Amino acid sequence: MAEAKIDPMHQFTVERIVPLHIGPYDISFTNSSLWLFIALALIFAFMLQGMKRQLVPGRWQVAVEGLTGFVDDMVRVNIGPEGKKFMPYIFSLFVLILTANLLGLFPLAIIPGQHQFTTTSHFSITGVLAVMSFSIVLIVGFARHGLKFFSLFVPHGTPLPMAFLIAPIEFISFMVRPFSLGLRLFVAMIAGHILMEVFGSFIVTGFNGGPLGWGVGVLSMLFIIFVTALELLVCAIQAYVFALLTTLYLNDAINLH
Amino acid sequence: MDLSSAQVIGAGLAAIGVGAAAIGVGNVFGSFLESALRNPAAADGQQGRLFIGFAAAELLGLIAFAVAMIILYAPPSA
Repeated sequence: MAEAKIDPMHQFTVERIVPLHIGPYDISFTNSSLWLFIALALIFAFMLQGMKRQLVPGRWQVAVEGLTGFVDDMVRVNIGPEGKKFMPYIFSLFVLILTANLLGLFPLAIIPGQHQFTTTSHFSITGVLAVMSFSIVLIVGFARHGLKFFSLFVPHGTPLPMAFLIAPIEFISFMVRPFSLGLRLFVAMIAGHILMEVFGSFIVTGFNGGPLGWGVGVLSMLFIIFVTALELLVCAIQAYVFALLTTLYLNDAINLH
Repeated sequence: MDLSSAQVIGAGLAAIGVGAAAIGVGNVFGSFLESALRNPAAADGQQGRLFIGFAAAELLGLIAFAVAMIILYAPPSA
């Protein structure tokens, strides 16, 4: 048992590429920022290619229109006609998370010494996105309804004695939203990547470990193919859930209940 | 029993919660499919609610996973 230990957490380390310091703050250009910029470049390339407004749309334009139409549908069904002005935010959120998630699955590690970095596997990124959604909900809610916004904590038609019990519960469930929103995305990404790394290490140690190990290696290989397909699904679902929950919270703020 | 083995056992116990969340997620999709086959016309309109239920059930499993990771990778104190 002298083989090199495979560390499943190494893929999440943030490494400085261009060190930058301003006062006590470290604002280095890291691999996290690099992969965010790659995601941004891909989104721009994808969108601009399809925004030529041809009368007879080509394949690319149909793909872009399908994506915008999908988010537009989601916003219109869940918020109503007033949701139109939040469409750009929801769309940016959905596309950024989806692209960052999918980039994390990109098999760059076949080049020795390189590995891709999943930006959405860090709570600092997903947490900021969640706090942004939450602040927009708060700002919109207070701007539209003023102090009546607090009636969110007492559902319509609650008997007065029950209101004292329900209001604190609703308040807690409201305040926990940014955490649950950010936590869900980041943990789902981390869990999937650790799973893939652990079974990848089973393949390596299995094939080094004699005839019985080959069986383990082959089984792990089959399993990891299945897990990769599942991860593609999870990437899409997590992006969708993040955008969907943001629209639902916005709906609460705009229409109360 | 030394602390590092207790850590591993604790992480394993925390992982039971992930299995419980699997039951929950299966329940969400199973019930959806069952009723979607009874009334396919209404199924498309309920997809938003399906994913809300899925997200709620999944979150609890992911919290169990986070707890397991915290226990497993926590610096052994004392």
